[in-house]
Amino acid sequence: MISLLAIDPLLKGDVLWAPLFIVILKVLVVFVTGLVATMLMVWFERKVVAGMGNRIGPNKAGPFGLLQTLADGIKLFFKEDLVPDRADPFVFKIAPFLSFVPAFLSFAIIPLGGDFRDGNNGIVTWFGQETRIQLADPSMGVLFALAISAIAVYGIMLAGWSSGSKYPLLGSVRASAQMVSYEAALGLSLGAVILVSNTLSTSGIVESQSSIGNWNVVTTGVVPFIIFFIAATAELNRPPFDLVEAEQELVGGFNTEYSSIRFSLFFLAEFMNTVTMSALMVTLFFGGPQPIAFGNTVLDIPLIPNDLEGTVWLLLKTLVFLYTYVWLRATLPRFRYDQLMNFGWKILIPASLGWFMLLSAQRLGRNEGWNTIVVTGVSVLVLVVCYALLQRSFSVSAKQREAEGSMF
Amino acid sequence: MELFVFTCASIMVLVGALGVIFRKHPVHAALSLVLTLFGVAVLFVAQSAEFLAAVQVIVYAGAIVILFLFVIMLLGVDKAEDLRVEPLASQRWIAALVGIGMVGLLSAAVVSSADVLRARGDGIASPVAGDNPDANIQQLANSIFSDYVFAFEITSVLLVVAVVGTVMLARRRTGKGLA
Repeated sequence: MISLLAIDPLLKGDVLWAPLFIVILKVLVVFVTGLVATMLMVWFERKVVAGMGNRIGPNKAGPFGLLQTLADGIKLFFKEDLVPDRADPFVFKIAPFLSFVPAFLSFAIIPLGGDFRDGNNGIVTWFGQETRIQLADPSMGVLFALAISAIAVYGIMLAGWSSGSKYPLLGSVRASAQMVSYEAALGLSLGAVILVSNTLSTSGIVESQSSIGNWNVVTTGVVPFIIFFIAATAELNRPPFDLVEAEQELVGGFNTEYSSIRFSLFFLAEFMNTVTMSALMVTLFFGGPQPIAFGNTVLDIPLIPNDLEGTVWLLLKTLVFLYTYVWLRATLPRFRYDQLMNFGWKILIPASLGWFMLLSAQRLGRNEGWNTIVVTGVSVLVLVVCYALLQRSFSVSAKQREAEGSMF
Repeated sequence: MELFVFTCASIMVLVGALGVIFRKHPVHAALSLVLTLFGVAVLFVAQSAEFLAAVQVIVYAGAIVILFLFVIMLLGVDKAEDLRVEPLASQRWIAALVGIGMVGLLSAAVVSSADVLRARGDGIASPVAGDNPDANIQQLANSIFSDYVFAFEITSVLLVVAVVGTVMLARRRTGKGLA
């Protein structure tokens, strides 16, 4: 039973007090890190967006306004908690938790650090126990993240429905359609990573990316990463895909009727998801906590012990993505709904599927010893034919719709 | 430990199943279905079929029940069902008959295979445990794409046919549409 909880060197053999202590410590660290990261992320976003808009942003509470989020949180907690008359009370109350809990769960499988020198592969020794700096390393690995992001849809969907009001309902219908659509593209681009690194477990995926040349963003070709990034942005309902809470159209979107602590749970979950998804992208495509290495020369951060260096690298890499998300929010206008669906179904999904086929053909060719150029040529030819057929079917259906007098 | 997990998961499954039947509100019934699916996923994990558990959650809880809820919301049938009206004549009788038949078949299968299960004990297709965390998935992939590849492909063709058929049936044939 223990062996299937996690493939972790810590949990082999008898359960003793030290491992139990380490596990509890890990849970606490992950939970607290999650909360603090969310707090800082909210501050970071407001500050950067303000900078891009030539404003100052929060600067009163604490140094540089760092405690602004805390103050906002306290304010939210002391507000009146309203349940609308027409709401479905049980579902209305449970929905915030359905979006808050998954946000924390998916943080559990991300390798948060470790010692990657001298073939250590991220295993560190604490209190005489070998372990990874990662809460859980289930063998289903990244599929767990997919499952959790599938569950996260429920929170938003039920919140909108149970409010018993039209605008939240519209917001949640949009949300569920969008998230389910983009999950397909997300899963397919994830498939490319799994194909290349030959394993599902996140620690294994990190292990296989020891230098820049081995990073999955390089070995899969850049396309799956781009698709994953776009699909992840849509999964997170972040701009330019934030139709779920388009203020101009839907008042406030799915969370219009929520107030007080329930609203803050949604807020927390949204930012927590952003942090988790950035970290997941770093794990999948950019070597996670592995230090940046060109061939055999490894960049070293001075003054930091080896056990902690992985965490610093993860933090730095994740910050790049967090900044990118904020940047997107400050610069890009929102998609229109039909553009969103066309983009997801007609571009992202076929592209990720085609690229996955290309990669599998390459891999099969290498295993069987076929000529690489021939394999590439034939597979590109097949993909071009498929693309032409797809375009043809789009144009035919567009013509038919025109004949039928439909709008789109 | 194993008994504890089994008990909890079974309670989840049963409570969910009863909820699907007895909750009058379609949305509540759908949520009970999610509870059942989760319980089954937990049982899969306890049998070290982790891939199956993940797929169960991704496909059933993450896509199918979401679509149920989506339809319920879009069609606005989110009111308690009126149980006195029977949409199809005598459908209750047929449903009861089919239900009893299913229960009979399943119990017969369990009873008749009890001896075999007990005799072979722990030897029933337990996945190769050990240091390779992906052994489970490799076994599964090997059987799907070699032994059962024909059934697998037939199933995917069936799904495509179902999708195309649904689109054809759902299209409104107005004007001089070419459909």
